[in-house]
Amino acid sequence: MLKIFRYLRPFRVAIVFILILIFLQSLSELFLPTLMAEIVDVGIVSGDIRFIFQMGGLMLAIAGVGAGCSILASYLSARTASGFGKILREEVFTRVESFSLPEIDKFGTATLITRTTNDITQVQQVTVMMLRMMVSAPLLFIGGIIMAVSRDAVLSQIFIIVLPLIALVVLFVGRKVLPLFKSIQRKLDKLNLVLRENLTGIRVIRAFNRIDHEKKRYELANLDLTDTTVKVNRLMAGMMPTMMLIMNFTTVSIIWFGGLRIDQGNMQVGDMMAFIQYGMLIMFSLLMVSMMFVMIPRAAVSAGRINEILDTVMEIKDDNIEEDGYEEAKREEASKVKVDEETELSSKSEIEENLEKESRIEKLEKTNKIEKRKMYDKGEKVESTGIIEFKNVTFNYPGAEKAAVSDISFTAGSGEVTAIIGGTGSGKSTLLKLLLHFYEPQSGKIKIDGVDIRELSLNTLRKKIGYVPQKAVLFTGTIAENIRFGKKEAADKEVQQAAEIAQAWEFIAGLEDTFAFPIAQGGQNLSGGQKQRLAIARALIRKPQIYALDDSFSALDFKTDAKLRAALQGVIQEATILIVTQRVSTVLNADKIIVLDQGFIVGSGRHEELLTNCQVYREIVASQLSGEEPA
Amino acid sequence: MSNGQRKAFRGPGRGGHMGGPPMGRPVEKAKDFQGTLRRLLTYLNPFKRQIILVFMMALLSTVFSIVSPKIMGKITTELFEGFLQKLNGLAGAAIDFQYVKHILLLLIGLYIFSSVFSYFQQYIMVGVTQKVVFKMRKDLNDKLNKLPLKYFDNHTHGEILSRVTNDVDTVSNTLQQGLTQLIIAIVTLLGIVIMMLSISPLLTLIVVITLPLSFLITTKIAKRSQRFFAKQQKALGDLNGHVEEMYTGHEIIKAFGQEQESIAIFNQENERLYEAGWKAQFISGIIMPLLSFVNNIGYVLVCVAGGILVAQRSIEIGDIQAFIQYSRQFTNPIIQTANIINILQSTIAAAERVFEVLDEEEELSDQPQTKFIRFPKGEVRFEDVTFGYQEEALIDQMNIVVKKGQTIAIVGPTGAGKTTLVNLVMRFYELQSGRIMIDGVDIKDLRRGELRNMFGMVLQDTWLFKGTIRDNIAYGREGATEGEIVRAAQAAHADHFIRTLPEGYDTVLNEEASNLSQGQKQLLTIARAILADPAILILDEATSSVDTRTEIFIQKAMHELRKGRTSFVIAHRLSTIRDADLILVMDKGSIIEQGRHEELLAKRGFYADLYNSQFEINRNQMA
Repeated sequence: MLKIFRYLRPFRVAIVFILILIFLQSLSELFLPTLMAEIVDVGIVSGDIRFIFQMGGLMLAIAGVGAGCSILASYLSARTASGFGKILREEVFTRVESFSLPEIDKFGTATLITRTTNDITQVQQVTVMMLRMMVSAPLLFIGGIIMAVSRDAVLSQIFIIVLPLIALVVLFVGRKVLPLFKSIQRKLDKLNLVLRENLTGIRVIRAFNRIDHEKKRYELANLDLTDTTVKVNRLMAGMMPTMMLIMNFTTVSIIWFGGLRIDQGNMQVGDMMAFIQYGMLIMFSLLMVSMMFVMIPRAAVSAGRINEILDTVMEIKDDNIEEDGYEEAKREEASKVKVDEETELSSKSEIEENLEKESRIEKLEKTNKIEKRKMYDKGEKVESTGIIEFKNVTFNYPGAEKAAVSDISFTAGSGEVTAIIGGTGSGKSTLLKLLLHFYEPQSGKIKIDGVDIRELSLNTLRKKIGYVPQKAVLFTGTIAENIRFGKKEAADKEVQQAAEIAQAWEFIAGLEDTFAFPIAQGGQNLSGGQKQRLAIARALIRKPQIYALDDSFSALDFKTDAKLRAALQGVIQEATILIVTQRVSTVLNADKIIVLDQGFIVGSGRHEELLTNCQVYREIVASQLSGEEPA
Repeated sequence: MSNGQRKAFRGPGRGGHMGGPPMGRPVEKAKDFQGTLRRLLTYLNPFKRQIILVFMMALLSTVFSIVSPKIMGKITTELFEGFLQKLNGLAGAAIDFQYVKHILLLLIGLYIFSSVFSYFQQYIMVGVTQKVVFKMRKDLNDKLNKLPLKYFDNHTHGEILSRVTNDVDTVSNTLQQGLTQLIIAIVTLLGIVIMMLSISPLLTLIVVITLPLSFLITTKIAKRSQRFFAKQQKALGDLNGHVEEMYTGHEIIKAFGQEQESIAIFNQENERLYEAGWKAQFISGIIMPLLSFVNNIGYVLVCVAGGILVAQRSIEIGDIQAFIQYSRQFTNPIIQTANIINILQSTIAAAERVFEVLDEEEELSDQPQTKFIRFPKGEVRFEDVTFGYQEEALIDQMNIVVKKGQTIAIVGPTGAGKTTLVNLVMRFYELQSGRIMIDGVDIKDLRRGELRNMFGMVLQDTWLFKGTIRDNIAYGREGATEGEIVRAAQAAHADHFIRTLPEGYDTVLNEEASNLSQGQKQLLTIARAILADPAILILDEATSSVDTRTEIFIQKAMHELRKGRTSFVIAHRLSTIRDADLILVMDKGSIIEQGRHEELLAKRGFYADLYNSQFEINRNQMA
């Protein structure tokens, strides 16, 4: 919880001001009863009406100042809390955007979304509350005690008895009720779980005629939840009256003992009246503090979840993504050389020199590396045709027992179609994800045109690849915008062309706004086949050297599939095409078929070759085509 | 002053509805406020007596707490008078402590009564509220079980869940706190006015003068802040939408190197949220200080005017003290009432959403006199069946006859609506006209439970619940023995992999059943269907997400399962299709062709096209 408040740093000044303002406001709150006591003790006793007016005016002024302070504090705290939320959101979002897939897998998309939205809102709200209450409650408490003691130290002894009593009640609630609240939450989750299972399995439940069984499960969860809720609320029901009783008894005892003191001439009536009001303020501030005990654990959970994102160490670091890094390294290098020249003249200790040298070499290496990357990045000097080479690649998903792909070696040539076939879980899609450097293989190398992809910046690498994922993900916006996602500056003609090749134009032409047709979130207003074709167009428009197609024709009907493949032939002759599929019909004409089974390559070659020498391939063909044994 | 605090103690984790909406926040409105309120009250009807008792107690508790300042004032007066007399050196002047003691005892009595009543009032209300909420949740679940599948097609799970949990929770919180609070607030307000009037009409006038000012401030500011809250809500919605989209499309964003653009858009939206957010926060935040300033003005005025009055001896000092306490409490119930009315509105809106579910049209209830098929054979006949999910008919006047043990293959491209038929025979949906007969009995004359007991189903989305593997298989039939379960698992080729798991049949599947592979899950559902031993089977062959080995097991298991049973197969394998006794070809939701493999090929229609495009190349290759 505290960790997250490091993002409050930019607001240090504002927070100090808030503290001061709220302090002033609390003072004014405390001062009013004091002045009232003056009115009673001086004004009324002596019948001095002028004095009463004077004091009244003063009270009004102080109330005004208090209100002013409070409003200003409210302004500052609104800005601070909103600004804090803004920064936090930005940090988290930017961080998640920089995540590669292992990190996304670790969290899961759903929780990342709630963490970025709900959890931050939660923390922000508590920050507001804290800025307002957490500050003013202790101030009121301490101020109240000071005022009370200064008014009558002897009478203040009452608080020595009362305050621990209230603390005890608060503690009791904290110890007894908070765990119950947590258990309510758990039971609510349980009820939700049963209900969710009922919703997702509704067909099965009805088909197996198990409605009564499910009803019983639900009822049990419902009853359990109800019982606990009743228990908690009954405890809570006892708490407020108890508190009120304690407060009222405090007042009664103030009057009684105060009366005695007045009788002895140790105290004035106005003092006692003020004293009662101080007592109320003190006890309320204590209640406010106890309320925060309820709120903070909740926010702490949210804060912890946010911190988890911010503290995630990334597996794949792309230290070249910022151009500045490169420039900076160069500049440093230059200055190093300068320093070096100077060192020759001056007499520096050897150790220092050695250190210098070491870091220089390191820097040099870094610069070299960056220089090299820079070269690839510009596409200069290096011949780039898009030849892919996997060399003994083994990759394990984090936490998985078995490797997803093991010892994979193959080359995919330019102008060729290389197809990867196998059941799900065989590691097909993983290969594409490794190629895109979403994951880092545990061993082995992946090279493009002879260069290890780790040497390339992520940006450069991914610019070479036109990726069409298994699930065609589109974004809110027009069709044109979605296609341009592949190439921002693409001309209208290019968009049109890409759409035509992807066989998307035939349905786009039928839409009212053609390319301006707005796509709903998740592409819900398009069919699966339409989405897939747009995803293909999006990859085509990049004119990449490598196409990575992950089961990208699965939602197309066979006619469109055939037309699309024919159209593709003409366009992508220059490129390397990697197709992942489970349809035998897709791989028939590939230049090379790689058969994967449980992460291993169990065969590679053309269709005819594989039919004769690869058992797994034969099984796949058999399962898809017919019961007959293939030739 | 007690009520404001009480609310905040509602505790954590309950649907984020703590203390109701802050001031000035726009409130959801119900479409039919009165009707829904009345209906909500019917839920309270059985508890009429308790509720009346609660109200009485709330009333008494409040009245007691209202009189106490006035009584306390009497003591102050006595102290003050005694003190003054002493000061003036009157002989024998002393504070009458006997009198003070009496009044204090009276006061203590009042306080105790007030607290006890307040406690019992809440205690009873807890029971009432939770019983009502329990019933509401139960009614909802019962209702959900009676709703046709159509309803679930049109409503997301999230939406339904939110109604059962969040909305019911809102109702619960309001019942628990809101109702009695409203009573207390109103009684307090009235009581305070009466007490103040009884002390001094003049001072009361002064306090009341500040009222319009408070009112003006609240409404003026609330109006402005509502605008900003609406803006904030919109900005937050946009931002969340963007986040959701970017996170779900993360892989694509990365592959196409669009991170910076995505962040730029996010920053823009974040900025908008910030702008609207702090303004909304600020403006709603100044309501309280302004109100308390107005309250303080009243306080000062009372002090001054009261001081003068006391100085002139036209009013007693204790009364002033009491009056100050009253005037301090005066604005509280007003703010509270406004708050509660807001909360009440959103509660009614929540209740309305709950009632909406309860009002949905149910599945036709089973006939009063149902028939019973003792030993189902599994003959299925469609007679002039017409059906459509919406108005237009997808299936028009369909007639098919399926004899015991026959296999019906349903084929067609993805999204052709192949599950429609399944939905009809199992009576998940109602026909528009015609009838479906099983063993010569109209399925409408059967109890739904009986009807569905005749079926076994293995679908592509394998539904497993959180529980052991044993329980998941045993789901197929109530009271299955251990031996039967194992035999079913063996027949489904699942026994082997189950035994390799460390906990065997006791392995607990987690919520998403992600500790099993897709293929293993499918095998479990097959075992479940085998255990159920149905007369008619519904199989979905789509096993695309399964590795080759498991796929072969599944094929074998399904083949085993089909023996001697009538089966409807959503077919993907040529062998199944060729051997089928009847092929139904579907496209765009309707059945466009039917017949046996050869007949359909000879027709040279859609099926022939489909068959050729999918299999011809392969046949050429095979040849």
